[in-house]
Formats: sequence, C-alpha cells, structure tokens
Amino acid sequence: MLKRLVVVVLALVCLGTQIVAQDTQNGDTETGTDLGPMQQVLQANAEIIVESSRRTIQPAIDAVANSGLEAAPFVLGTWQDRDMWQRVSDGLFFKVEKSGSDYELTDFDTGEVLARVTKDDIEQIKPNSGIRGLIATALVTFQLNDPDPAKRREALDSLERNANADLLGPLRDSIETEDNPTIRARKERLEKLITITYGDDPEARIAAIEAMAGDLGVDVRAALNPLVATRTRAFDGEVPESVNVAKILRPGTDDLSREDAYALTDGEPLLTDDALRGVLQANIVDGQVGGIPVAELSDPARRIAAFEALEAAGTVPAAATEADVDAAIATKVFASVYAEPNPDITAAANRALGRIETKVGLNQVLDLGLDALSLASIYFLAAIGLAITFGVMGVINMAHGEFIMMGAYTGYVVQQIIPNHTTSIIVAIPLAFAVTFAAGVAMERLVIRWLYNRPLETLLATFGISIALQQLAKNIFGTQARPLTSPDWLGGAWVLNDVVSISTVRIAIFVLALIFLAVFLFIMKRTRLGLETRAVTQNPGMAGAMGINPGRVNMLTFGLGSGIAGIAGVAIGLYAQVTSEIGQAYIVQSFMTVVVGGVGNIWGTLLGAGLIGSLHKGIEWFNPSNTLAAQTYMIIFIIIFIQFRPRGIIALKGRAAGD
Amino acid sequence: MSSQLLEVNGISVTFDGFRAINNLSFNIGSAELRAIIGPNGAGKTTFMDIVTGKTKPDEGKVLWGEMSKNLIGMNEAKIAQEGIGRKFQKPTVFEDQSVEDNLLMALKNNRKSFAVLFWKPTDADMNRVSDLAAEIGLSNELKRKSGELSHGQKQWLEIGMLLAQEPRLLLVDEPAAGMTPEEREHTTDILVEAAKTRAVVVVEHDMEFVRRLNCKVTVLHEGSVLAEGSLDHVTANQQVIDVYLGR
Amino acid sequence: MRNTFIGRNPSILIFLAVLAVFTIAITFMSEAFGAGVISTSFVKTLGKTLCLALVAVAMDLIWGYAGILSLGHFAFFGLGGYMIGMWLMYERTKEIVAGSMAGNPIPPTEQEIVDGIGTQIFGVVGSSEFPIIWMFADSLFLQLALVVLVPGLLALVFGWLAFRSRVTGVYLSILTQAMTLALSLYLFQNDSGLRGNNGLSGLQNLPGVTASQDFVSIWFFWASALALAVGYIFAAWIVSGKFGSVIRGIRDNEARVRFLGYSVEGYKLFLFTVTAMIAGIAGALYYPQAGIINPAEIAPIASIYLAVWVAIGGRGRLYGAVIGAVFVSLVSTFFTGGQAPDINLGFYTIQWVDWWTILLGLSFVFVTLFAPKGIGGLFDLIADRRHPDRHGADLGPDKGSLQEREATE
Repeated sequence: MLKRLVVVVLALVCLGTQIVAQDTQNGDTETGTDLGPMQQVLQANAEIIVESSRRTIQPAIDAVANSGLEAAPFVLGTWQDRDMWQRVSDGLFFKVEKSGSDYELTDFDTGEVLARVTKDDIEQIKPNSGIRGLIATALVTFQLNDPDPAKRREALDSLERNANADLLGPLRDSIETEDNPTIRARKERLEKLITITYGDDPEARIAAIEAMAGDLGVDVRAALNPLVATRTRAFDGEVPESVNVAKILRPGTDDLSREDAYALTDGEPLLTDDALRGVLQANIVDGQVGGIPVAELSDPARRIAAFEALEAAGTVPAAATEADVDAAIATKVFASVYAEPNPDITAAANRALGRIETKVGLNQVLDLGLDALSLASIYFLAAIGLAITFGVMGVINMAHGEFIMMGAYTGYVVQQIIPNHTTSIIVAIPLAFAVTFAAGVAMERLVIRWLYNRPLETLLATFGISIALQQLAKNIFGTQARPLTSPDWLGGAWVLNDVVSISTVRIAIFVLALIFLAVFLFIMKRTRLGLETRAVTQNPGMAGAMGINPGRVNMLTFGLGSGIAGIAGVAIGLYAQVTSEIGQAYIVQSFMTVVVGGVGNIWGTLLGAGLIGSLHKGIEWFNPSNTLAAQTYMIIFIIIFIQFRPRGIIALKGRAAGD
Repeated sequence: MSSQLLEVNGISVTFDGFRAINNLSFNIGSAELRAIIGPNGAGKTTFMDIVTGKTKPDEGKVLWGEMSKNLIGMNEAKIAQEGIGRKFQKPTVFEDQSVEDNLLMALKNNRKSFAVLFWKPTDADMNRVSDLAAEIGLSNELKRKSGELSHGQKQWLEIGMLLAQEPRLLLVDEPAAGMTPEEREHTTDILVEAAKTRAVVVVEHDMEFVRRLNCKVTVLHEGSVLAEGSLDHVTANQQVIDVYLGR
Repeated sequence: MRNTFIGRNPSILIFLAVLAVFTIAITFMSEAFGAGVISTSFVKTLGKTLCLALVAVAMDLIWGYAGILSLGHFAFFGLGGYMIGMWLMYERTKEIVAGSMAGNPIPPTEQEIVDGIGTQIFGVVGSSEFPIIWMFADSLFLQLALVVLVPGLLALVFGWLAFRSRVTGVYLSILTQAMTLALSLYLFQNDSGLRGNNGLSGLQNLPGVTASQDFVSIWFFWASALALAVGYIFAAWIVSGKFGSVIRGIRDNEARVRFLGYSVEGYKLFLFTVTAMIAGIAGALYYPQAGIINPAEIAPIASIYLAVWVAIGGRGRLYGAVIGAVFVSLVSTFFTGGQAPDINLGFYTIQWVDWWTILLGLSFVFVTLFAPKGIGGLFDLIADRRHPDRHGADLGPDKGSLQEREATE
C-alpha cells in the first residue's frame, strides 16, 4: 500500500517537473533529451512508424509496449484508433482530436492539451488493419493486466472472439498475477482453448485437449472439431508417412462414391446425361447426330451410340468411359486426411470429443427429460379440467378446448387494459376462471343437462358449441395470433450448462400443474362438493334421495372443470400464441391423456400426461425437425397402446367399472 | 356321465379383492331343468357371465358337451354358437325391430357376415318363426315393433329368441320378474316344455315360481354351492335358512 | 312381397326418381347441354354436393345404423381424393412437361420426362424425386383400385385394432378423431410424399381431354349422380335384410347380439371397411370437381361436419343423410359464398361469411336437443310412421356398453 503511494507521489512529482520543463522549452528546436520518455521512444522509432508497413512495424510496437511507461497503453490505443498524428514542423507525435475547425494536440507523456493547430500543421499516421492487429495484440497484455476487472473481462471477451497464436503469451503471463478467481478460471480455460488451436508445443496441446475433455461448452467443441476435420485426397501408390491419415477409403463404398473418387484423379471429364445432351444438341447435322436421326434420340442407348459415332469421327473430344474411370481409380490410393499433421493430437482430440459426446448425450437426455416434463405438465394442465368433466362426470365436452381459448383471450384482453404484465397476469387468472366458470355453468344448464347418459349426442352438441365459439373468437379477435406477454420474471431461462436449459415459463407451468393437482385432490377428497360430485356421478337417484341436489352439483362441478380450463388457457397462452384454434390444438391430446391414463382417475391423467409428453419428446428426438411426424406417431402409438390397456393405465376394475 | 352337458369345475373370480365366485363347481345334464337360488351377491349373475364368456375366471374350468371342450378363452359369440343361450334379467329385445325380425335374427343359421348379407328366409325359416311365435303366444304380434310389446311379452319374445337359437343349454335370469300371475304361469310352461329337449338353468328369487318349476335346486352363497337337491330338501337345510330364507 | 327388395323399400324408387329428374333438369339447364341457366361452377357445386351426399350415406350406414360415430370418414373421403388426384396430377403434368420438352432439339428420354414431372410436382416441397407411394401414379386403373383399397385397408387395420379391443361409443369416436388428426398431420409434412400443405392441384383438368370445363363438369355431375344412385341402392340393400337387422341390433344392444352368437366385431369391421370404401369413391369423384385437395380437407373438423349433416338430415334413414348433406352444404355455399345479403343492425352489420359458422354450430345444438330425428323426422309426420317409445334411450350403444369391460382383464 505504502509502496504504491510512493509510486503515485513520485509519478506526480515527475509529471510536475516535466510540465515545467516542457513549458520552458516550448518553441525550442528538438534536442531529444528535453522530450518526455514516451516521446523519446516514439522518436527513436519515428521512421518505421511513419512508414507504416506491416513487415517492419513490429520493433516500434515492441518498443512502446516494452517501454515500461504508464502511457504505453494510451499510445497504443490512440495509434490503433488512428488518432496519432505527427507534427510537420518538429516530427513529434501527438494524440489529435478535432475541435471545431481546429485540431487539439495532446501530449502522450502528460496527457495534456499542448496546442491547437490547423490541419496543415499535422499529418495523420494511418496504420493498416494488419498493423492494428499487431497493436491490438500488444494492447491485450495491458488490458489483461488492467487493474479494473471489468476491463479484464472485456479483454477476455474480445480474446474469445478473435483468438490467435500471438495472444497466447500475454494471456499465459497474465494468469500468474490474476487475483480474481472467476477471471482467473476464465483465463485458464481460454488459455487451454487457444493452446489447443494455436499452441506450438504438441505436448502442451495434448495436455490442454485432455484437460478440456469433460467440458460441455460449445467453444470447446468448436476448438476441437477443426483438429479432426478431414478432407479426401488421392495419392499415387503409398500414402506418405508425413500425412496424418484418418482412414483409407475404398471407392464405390458409402464413404466414397466412384464418381467422387474419379473427380479427385485428373482424368478426362465424366460424361453426365446433361453434358451428353448438350454435346449431341451442338452437333445436329441435317436432323441427324452422328448418322442417327434425332427422333431416335429419345432412347438413351441411341444417344450413346450417337456420341460414340461423333467421338470416332473426332468431332468431339473423348469422354471418360466406365473402363477409364476404373483404371484411373485403380492407380490411386484414397484417404481422408486430417488437416492437423500430428497424429497424437488428432487422436487426443478424437478421444476428447468422444468423451464430450458421451457427456453431451447424457445431458441431452436430461434436457429431453425436462422438456418432456414440461410438455407433460402442459398436457396435464389442458387435460385436468377434462378429467373433471369427462373423467368424473362422464360428460364428453368437445368445447373444452374452446374454454382454454376463452381463458387465453381473457388474459389477452386483461393485458390490453392493464399494461403491467405482472399485475395483469394476477388479475387474469381469477378472471379467466370466472369467465369460463360462467360459460361452463351456462352450457351445462342450457345444453348438457338434457343430454346426460346420451354421450354421443353430448359429443355432437358440444361440437356445435365448439364450432360456434371458435368462429365467434375469430369474428371478435381476428384470425391472426394475439400475443400474451409474460412478465419479465418469467421471461428468462434456467440454464444448467450449454446443453441443459429450460425457460422459466415452463417451470411456472409445471408448478401450476402441481398446484392444480393438489387443488383437484383437495376438492374431490376433502370437500363437500367433491363428496357430492362423486355421489351424484355414481348414483344420481340415490344421491338425490339423500338430499343432494344433483342438478346443482352437476352444474358446479362442470363449472369447476371449465374454470380450470380457463386458467390453463392463461398459462398455455403465455407459452404459445393465442389464436382461435389454440383449443383445437390441445383437445385431442387432452382426451388422449384422460383416456390413456384411465377415465375417472386423476393419477391416471397425470401418468397419461407424462406418458404422452415424454413419448412426444422422445419421438421428436429421433427426428428433431418434425413435430408433425412426432404427433402422428404418437397417436399411432396411443391407438396401439389402447389395444393392450383398453381402459387406460389405471383402470377401474370389476363390476364397479360399469355395465 | 354321458348325459353330462356342462361341467363347471373349481372356478374362482375376484373383482378388486372381492371374491365373487369361490371355487364353484356345478354340473348339469343334457335335458334337465335346474333352478339356482341365493341371496344377492351370491354370484348367480357372475356365474352366468363366466359360462357365457363375458367374464374370464381367475382359475377353474368350464367343460362343455360330449367332447368336454373348455369354454374358457372363447368369446361370447363363439360360446353362443356352441349352443348356450342366455336371457338377461331385464328383457333385452331389439325394440326398433319387428317381432318377426327379432326371431329371424335369432334363428339358427350361419352367423358369418357375408352369409348374413346374402341370406334370404326360406319357407322353412318362416314356418319355424310362426311355430315359435305360437309357442310364446305372439302369433298376432309378428309384424309389430317389439318395443310396443308389454313387459311380459318382451320376456317371452326373448325366450322365443333363445329357443330360435336352438341352444343345448339355456341360461335364464329372473324370467318372472315383473310379470302378472297368468304370465308367470305361461312362462313356467314354456320353460318346462323347453327343458324336455335341452338343459335349462333358471336363476330366480321367487320361491313360488321355483316350486312350480318342480326341479332340482342349487343354492349359491358367497360364490360357492351351499346346498343342492329338491326344493323341499334345500329349504329344510339349516344353513340355507340362515343365509337366505331366514332373512 | 317379403322377398322383393324394392317392394320392401318403396322409398328407394322415390329417391331414384327424384335424383333422375334432378340430374336431367340440371343437364338441360347447364351451359354444355342446355339453356345455360346454370353456370358451370354451380354445376360443379351441385356435383360436389352429390358426392357429399354419397359420403353422408356411408356415414349414416356406420353411424345411423350401426351406432358407430366415426369421425374418420372424411379422412377416407380425402384419401380417395388423393389417390385419384395423384393420377390426374401425374398425367396432367406429364402432358405439360412432354409439351414443353417437345420443343427441344433432341427428343427427351423417358427418364428425362419423369424427372421433369418430378421437378414440376415436387419442386414446391424442395424435392424432385418421386416417393415410392407414387409408383402406380401413371396407371389410371391401379390408382382407381387404390381409391377403394387405400381407405379400405386403413379402415380395416384401424377397425381391427379398435373393435378387437372393444372400444365403443365416445371412446371410439375420439379414437377415430385421433386417427384423422394423425393422418392430416402426416399429410401436412413436406416429406409425406404428397406435397405437404400444398396438396394436389389442377385436378379439374382431365388428361387427354380437350373438351371445355362446361362439358367436363356435367360429366362429373352425371358420374356423381350415378355413384350416389348405386351407393344408395347398395346401402339400402345392406340395411334391408338380416344384415341390417344385425347392425341395428348392434347399435341398440351390442351385448345381446353377441349372445345371439353374432361376431359383433366382425360385423362392425365389415361395415366400417365397406363404408370407408364408399367414402373413398365419393372423394375420388369430389376432388376432380373441386380441383384441389390439401391436408386441411382431412382435418377432424371435416368429419365432424359430416356427422352434422347426417344428424341434421336425420340419421338412421338413408334419405335423411342425403337431405342433410345436400341441404347443409348448399346453404353453407350460399352463406359463405357471399351471396347472402348482409344484415345491417345499425350498430353492427352481420356478415354471413363470418356468422354462418356460428349459426350452423348453434343450429346443430338445437337439432340435437329438440329435433333428434332431424329433417327426416318431418317425413314421419307426413307418413305418420311411429317409432316405438325408446324411453329416451340413445340411438346407439347404451351407457353400459360404452364402458364395456375388457374380458381379459
């Protein structure tokens, strides 16, 4: 501490004396000794600085960088930014800034503005991009050791983007003195990555490769992949020892087609169908080609005959025949060759990549698991309302999807009125419940109660309602998707590593699904309504005789199921776009979830959602580009599944199950 | 035992832990009338479900006919084609169709769908239908929709349909329920007549009705046979009185 | 009397007479053969409507008579359309490609023509190779066979799986809906081999036919009328005999039919497959008149509309299905075609294009609740044909059979 203070004081004193010295000497002719130390360094290299040649500039940069002066990074930065100018009158270098019509000259040693001059008095030093790159390399040393951690991080960021061999030295040197553990870890990691690519000591590179073998970062793979990149080459006879061969290729196999192999030899060009047609077309003489009438040339065999005739006549250059191709290929040995000449390094890289691959695979499975869980909770959310109306009450409500849609649109409308996203979601959830509850009750009273025990007709009537509601939504909100924006605290993602991550909205949906499960269980098992619902479902006559009003219970239960669909709609709206078809997208899956799980059992619905969710993701994994195919195969799977468990995963057994 | 038609051997079935049938064994000859009585939950209907293939037992055998064919694992339609007819507790006839169509559908003929598609009733078939109609007292109702018949007439129609199948074993579940005394008498006559040429098993609660059938009685209790013999014999049995009659 | 099929079903004669009169009347009013009162596009609409009536007859057989509410029959209809569409598109494109290559100095080889067709047809989905499912596309006969075989085979496989596991009632409906959804999603993919969501287009052009669309439309109209007549008679024949008794028995009480010794699954499967084939034929006649087919046509909602038509017309009677399909589809065309005048309420103008679907949905609810017999029920009033009191029971399997226990469990 004390030491530093001393240094600072000394520097200040120094500065003071220099200013005085310069003041007194201003206007004098240059002597060299009166100049500031940095200016002296610059003057010593003035010639090559002004010359600005990529080939010769290095000593000047080194001189500045190694001067040990505090002004060094300042000079290099100015130089790099093309702000260093030379005064014509005395050849001194300054940082120049335009100020109005004049130019201000700043001294490198003092950092003070010395004079204002016109443009005629000074001349700009224009380093080309090559020189600026060299300067940047020199600068990195300073930046990597900058006292400000933020600056050091910035330097690392830029290093990650444009690494090269020259930066390795400064980076290595800076690690020793680094006291911030996070930055130090980053520096060490970066050092290894750069060593892998640019290091000149094979031992060090292999060590670095091996050290990074367990790392999941995309940058590690980016550093390793070029090492194992290959290209196919043809050799005469034996493959030379100096070449790092990945694999000897045999033409005509999957690795290397005959045509590709032939292309690597320098034989005559192969005659493609297009080329053949072009040649023939160019040689039509009196409606004939090589003596064969044009009309016959729709036959491929006749075309070849015509070409051979032309070839024989010498009209066209010879083309490679199949025999030529075979002969040309036979003389060569084909191999895929690593760009990296050192076999030890490629082997190490392959090993490391293999290990990373395994680890990535495991993490992908984990990520897939999270995705599946999240999808399952969405299906569960969509299906839980149905588990009440269909599962418990036995009412098949095809308009259930439209209740989800109503919930989502409620969320959208609320967001139009209340701009704060958090507040609007908090308002939207109960409101969506209220809206869909009311809609459910109205539907139950007006339509469904007349159709109890007539499931097919219930299905049809609710279809009618579904069609009408969908069109109504289209009329009101239009056909384009409406955004339901999630609040910021739901906007992020939970990132475990480069492979595993899950968005916060999905976590929230998962939590919501758990809450719904708890609510469902509570209502069904612990409340009067649940008891009465179960009673009415099992035996409406008996329940009525015991003083339960079946109409009221049915109404409330149906309203509850619909209301939950509404809340699910808000959640699904956050995750997907709100359109009038949002419900349609979920209705079939929801019914599948309930049916696969086993009608009338919430745990079954949970399992069903889990099964369908993971199945969907699992199938998608095999063919990641194709969600449509995943859905197709999933449905086929469900149809087959029902063969084996026609009554779902958790089936009610025995006589209680019906008939 | 050449006259043995159906042999039920040690069957058990469990629904969610509840033993509906417990090691039940039961035999019936080829031309015999048998009544099965027992309290509710004794397993009477489940027993019929097992014999007709609706329910698969957990264990045991159901052997059929002279060849002692095992019926377990066959589906309902196959078992019906083997010659076992069943009448449900509730009269189940096809109410949307005429009495004649109901009987024609039940007539013993090829049941394969293509054969049915090209099937045309012969004179013999029509005669058989009118004979059956006479037997069940519905000659004047042939052209009427069976949904318009009275409850008793529907019961007879269903029995008529069973007879049209020409089964070797008839399982009849509470045929007399909801009938007037005259109708009961007629029902008894039909069943007794039918039992002359085939085996008939009647499940019934009504002791008067069972008495009129005048046949061997099997008492079921908790899924197994409690007693077997003439009605007088079983009603004198103390156990039967305790579990069934005494209540 | 009993043995004459027509004698037992006098309504067939009435139906055929009405259809014949209608066909002749339209022909004489068309632009091709008569006064030109009816535009060619309306002739096409009418021809399409007859195809819809045919698929509605199939739907009525499976739903109204056998009680299986299939939400998959429009998928079979669409498959039929795809099968004929493949041939039409292939041959039509071949004409075009061959025509454009004829100008080349060197006549094209077979392979060049096929490649050209492939590029033309599959260019939109970024491919030029013919998928394997197009291997018969150059043969009219084979594609016509596929019109029947593909829907039939799909129905057979699906039906075998579904009926075998004794899925009935609403469960079966949902399962058929899932099948339809799966099929349409599959076809939506670009690599399904059927041009993804672009579908097949230009189907109104008959290869090798130079006659104008005026004539082509009336030919298809005749063909549709003939198909409807044959299909109607066939359906009537199926339901009139003992087979009809059995399937109506299955609808009303599946278990009873089973205990009578009939293999319920076999009957259902037979009827499901046959009706799928009829639907395929109807589709094969429909889409050349529509000119285009794409996967959206197969979406589950289309099959639901099919059920709507049959329900509004009156299920369980074949003419009801025809009336429902004709009535609803024509009225829909009227409203959605922009021909219906807007209603200005002062504060809001009702545009029928937007509001017709709502009206249809609600009227469907209304019919289900208050007029379960549909329009066909009106004929009962006239004929005073009385149904036995069904005690409010559903036309279809009763509640018990919906929850049919799987016997192996």
